[in-house]
Amino acid sequence: MARTQMYDMADLYSILNDRILVLDGAMGTMLQRYNFTEADFRGDRFKDWPQPLQGNNDLLSLTQPGAIAEVHRKYLEAGADIIETNTFSSTSIGMADYGMEALAYELNRASAEIARAQADAFTQKDPSRPRFVAGSMGPTNKTASMSPDVNDPGYRAITFEALRQAYREQVEGLLDGGADLLLVETVFDTLNAKAALFAIEEVKAERGIDIPVMVSGTITDASGRTLSGQTPEAFLISVSHIPLLSVGLNCALGAEQLVPYLEILAQRAPQAVSAHPNAGLPNAFGEYDQSPEQMQEQLREYLERGLVNILGGCCGTTPEHIRAIAALARTFKPRPFQAPHQPVQNP
Amino acid sequence: MPEHTPKYLKLSGLEALVITPESNFVNVGERTNVAGSRKFLRLIKEGQFEAALDIAREQVEGGAQIIDVNMDDGMIDGKQAMVTFLNLMMAEPDIARVPVMIDSSKWEILEAGLQVVQGKCVVNSISLKEGEEAFLEQARKIRMYGAAVIVMAFDETGQADTYERRIEIAARSYRLLTEKVQFPPEDIIFDLNIFPVATGMEEHRRNAVDFIEATRWVRQNLPHCSVSGGVSNVSFSFRGNNAVREAMHSAFLYHAIQAGMNMGIVNPTMLEVYDDIPGDLLTHVEDVLLNRREDATERLLEFAQTVEGRVRERSEDLSWREAPLQDRITRALVKGIDQYIEADVEEARQQAARPIEVIEGHLMTGMNVVGDLFGSGKMFLPQVVKSARVMKKAVAYLTPYIEAANAEDAQGGKSAGKILLATVKGDVHDIGKNIVSVVLACNNYDIVDLGVMVPPERILQQAREHQVDMIGLSGLITPSLDEMVFLASEMERQEFRLPLLIGGATTSRAHTAVKIDPAYRGAVVHVPDASRAVTVAGELLQPESGQAYAQNVRNTYQELRAGYLKRGREKAYLSLEEARANALAISWEETDITVPRHLGVECLDPLDLRKLEPYIDWTPFFRSWDLHGKFPDILEDAVVGEQAKGLYEDARTMLRQLIRERSLTARAVFGLFPANRVGADDIEIHPPGHEPRRLLTLRQQGRKKEGVPNLALADFIAPAESGLQDYMGCFCVTAGFGADKLATRYLEELDDYRSIMVKALADRLAEAAAEYLHREVRTRYWGYAPGETLDNAGLIREAYQGIRPAPGYPACPDHLEKQTLWDVLQVEERIGVRLTESLAMWPAASVSGYYFAHPQARYFGVGKIKPDQLEDYAQRRGIPLEEAEKWLRPNLADTE
Repeated sequence: MARTQMYDMADLYSILNDRILVLDGAMGTMLQRYNFTEADFRGDRFKDWPQPLQGNNDLLSLTQPGAIAEVHRKYLEAGADIIETNTFSSTSIGMADYGMEALAYELNRASAEIARAQADAFTQKDPSRPRFVAGSMGPTNKTASMSPDVNDPGYRAITFEALRQAYREQVEGLLDGGADLLLVETVFDTLNAKAALFAIEEVKAERGIDIPVMVSGTITDASGRTLSGQTPEAFLISVSHIPLLSVGLNCALGAEQLVPYLEILAQRAPQAVSAHPNAGLPNAFGEYDQSPEQMQEQLREYLERGLVNILGGCCGTTPEHIRAIAALARTFKPRPFQAPHQPVQNP
Repeated sequence: MPEHTPKYLKLSGLEALVITPESNFVNVGERTNVAGSRKFLRLIKEGQFEAALDIAREQVEGGAQIIDVNMDDGMIDGKQAMVTFLNLMMAEPDIARVPVMIDSSKWEILEAGLQVVQGKCVVNSISLKEGEEAFLEQARKIRMYGAAVIVMAFDETGQADTYERRIEIAARSYRLLTEKVQFPPEDIIFDLNIFPVATGMEEHRRNAVDFIEATRWVRQNLPHCSVSGGVSNVSFSFRGNNAVREAMHSAFLYHAIQAGMNMGIVNPTMLEVYDDIPGDLLTHVEDVLLNRREDATERLLEFAQTVEGRVRERSEDLSWREAPLQDRITRALVKGIDQYIEADVEEARQQAARPIEVIEGHLMTGMNVVGDLFGSGKMFLPQVVKSARVMKKAVAYLTPYIEAANAEDAQGGKSAGKILLATVKGDVHDIGKNIVSVVLACNNYDIVDLGVMVPPERILQQAREHQVDMIGLSGLITPSLDEMVFLASEMERQEFRLPLLIGGATTSRAHTAVKIDPAYRGAVVHVPDASRAVTVAGELLQPESGQAYAQNVRNTYQELRAGYLKRGREKAYLSLEEARANALAISWEETDITVPRHLGVECLDPLDLRKLEPYIDWTPFFRSWDLHGKFPDILEDAVVGEQAKGLYEDARTMLRQLIRERSLTARAVFGLFPANRVGADDIEIHPPGHEPRRLLTLRQQGRKKEGVPNLALADFIAPAESGLQDYMGCFCVTAGFGADKLATRYLEELDDYRSIMVKALADRLAEAAAEYLHREVRTRYWGYAPGETLDNAGLIREAYQGIRPAPGYPACPDHLEKQTLWDVLQVEERIGVRLTESLAMWPAASVSGYYFAHPQARYFGVGKIKPDQLEDYAQRRGIPLEEAEKWLRPNLADTE
């Protein structure tokens, strides 16, 4: 049964003007610690599924819901104000690798419900500090404005329309499961994100609701651009047609490397600014080994310079990182920002 | 910290474009528009998207801040073309860096475009034309796609043409957009309709002033929005008088920008000229624009006639003659002024120890400046050719002194290398080759130019004899491609290792990569235009890096080859039988067929050149000089406008001279015959008093969308079974007699500029003759369109009924058909135009083709054909398969 959001945009704005909100850390990093086997991933329900399922972390919301709830709980205990649903790849496009396209809606709904229950439990313990559920919407594994084939630059592996439909299904599942807001994240191709925003607007209009939306892009390397080639400012302009709660950056780089690009967003964005960087850059084994203290030190610069309103962690971060970030965030004032220039339409 | 961020129009490509009150006027590039650029239209029609991308790139490099892309044309699948082009554009970071303006009158094309661009675009345009509901629905969608929008001042009752209507529609649109769909006001751009003034019509008097005043009202009363427009419209009545047009544009923009117009399609450099407009001209122009006097139009028209001469006078500034000697020589070379060069060179000679030092010192210093300017895009081809003329004159003046001083020095300066140039066997076209020859000579290369129709054995023998460093081949007709492949394989067989340059209108990078490069071990480089020749030759002859450069090109070709072969496989074809089953099925009506008033063959000899002049399509003329853009707009182009204007003036001067002195002869022969389709793809014609003759046509075999036929020209002729007698025509025109003689004379006078000009003009006159004759046929000799009235722009747009396709071109790529034409019309006997062994026409400035009159007849490209059609064709033609293959090779789909 669909539930209504506990908080609306106005609540969030007043909180955001008051303090820096803390986003949670990595889900994948935490799930690795459980060392789930193929059988664990399958659970009883998918024991005869034709494809291998190990590695389909989003599926764990159905087969190991206890583990997902536990990760959320740990992040909430560490001080996260916003927890992200375990739905980074839960679109029919992302699930196609496992033949699980038909499960997309169910996955989103189930994941949102798990997060909702944990957030509500913490809010009840301390109503002065409400906790929020952000529905995580990843970029999918296909790009709408780039060709995967260098010899055929005009080719596209996915269309806007296919993305819009897949995202729409994800949004419906997330909202029906009780997400308070939506987080379009790890945007490496802005056209994918625009399809997600289009889908969100459609669902908003149809349901006659408002729902805060965060967008977070990814700067892939020292060129300072997204994978699809946009500068941070061009990226900001390209997603600003929808009233957004926040615009920000996550993944790919560590906290230190993100500073110059966050500066640009902080200067130009009328919205709130978010950042959830990785725990440093990966080492030779692809592992993130930046300690909570190291990351905290680097993030201090964000706050001293007044760059952000929402702060959290991406790949390699753990509840210990979030605890350090939350402690840091409490000691600073948030970056001032404007509320959206107009209310979102209700048809 | 932005407490109250002002509402600016913000757009993005890969980079941001924020338009603030401090921004200069934002210039929109409009040449990637099939309605605005014939070249772009042709490239899109032919599927040459890569070349079309170059147009977009040129615009961005030329300073366009937004690129308008429009694919609205009846012959194009607009949605498909928009998506394909935008996808390719997005893969080019140097183009994709600016925002896109998606331009169409069809919503489905606009939406398809919006779905493939990541940046924030501008939609051009929507309006209240179809009512509020459609307008708001589209606006809502545009907002969800995240684009700004151009709103035309157009509503249910029509286009706004008064001040009141403009502001009424703008205000209503604005209110609807901001209130009903919460459209951000800063994302609204109004196009308030710029219409011509001084048309002589009373109701047009206020066109400019109403636009300006409406702009002012909109910017004051509708907060945050922008105003745009296409400026050149305003001066439409003064086409041909550029001094007046420029002044009008500047003055119009001056007032419109002050009133708040902040973006549009215009030559951006003209924004600074306002202060330079002579006072009296400005007064007359502003009287018209601002509607300040009852008799303003008459006064400006009168004044306009005096303007052009005066402007030229003003430009004659001789102060440079007082500068030091080297500066004068450099300037003479850069500006192409030959008046004083002999005096200056004589002065230099007297100062120099040996006369050769003048060439090595003064002249080379000047030519290096020319080379640098040309290399950096600050000089254009016509200028360089003029520079060459000055250089040649200087060298000619010095040669006797040099010879007297020291016979061994007669060679001149140290050469950069020796290059052999030739138009291949069977081909007579040499304008491009001559330009390349001049450009290379300017850059200090020794040129061995073997001329046209040069057999391969002669090319190789001369290459050995002159010990050249490189060979350059040119060709314009498709059989020349095979000649080039053959020459490359001969070079391989005879163990040449010299670099081979490939150029000419019919050549392409793809053909070079796929067919020529594999045939020869040495370096093979396709040179797309004359301006690249210098760079390519220079790179190849670098002692250290030349090899690496050649290898690099070779690698690129290899990739291209791989990609090309893959693409070839992906394309879907029908069997000939299936293609025939999907032929255009015209329902034959007697009323669609007009019996020609004059059946049989007619000769027009000579054709009066004066009658042809108005039919000249100037755009290709500029293209032959590497100046790209549509005439007459090219004359006002930001980058090449100055050059184009100068070239145009020189061309007109020469044209008047050609007409006065009758130094070119134009002739035409044509025939109109009873005809019927026989079989699926053949046409039988009945020349009176002769055996019936059969024309063979080729049919498209590419798989079409549902409902789109696979065309052959034969489809446009009623089949014998219909019981109807149909008709068709054949023609050949030439304007080339006398051109070679004149060109040679100019060459002997060391005037390459005029020599090339003569041939380029002869080409244009031949095309004009074809256009003229077609009209005569439509309105008089055949008479199926007796009441037709079209101006030249209409003719260029091919807005008339019926077509005149030419053998060797896309609708009938088969050159062998020319032999039939020659037989039927007795072309050589009657007007002297001959066919070479490759079936090129001589003189080169000739056009031949057919006439089809049916209302549904239209131009198309046969495209690639499959082996089944080739076999069928060989049989119908009665020639061996190998011979058919040779002639149709460029049209054969790759079978692997």
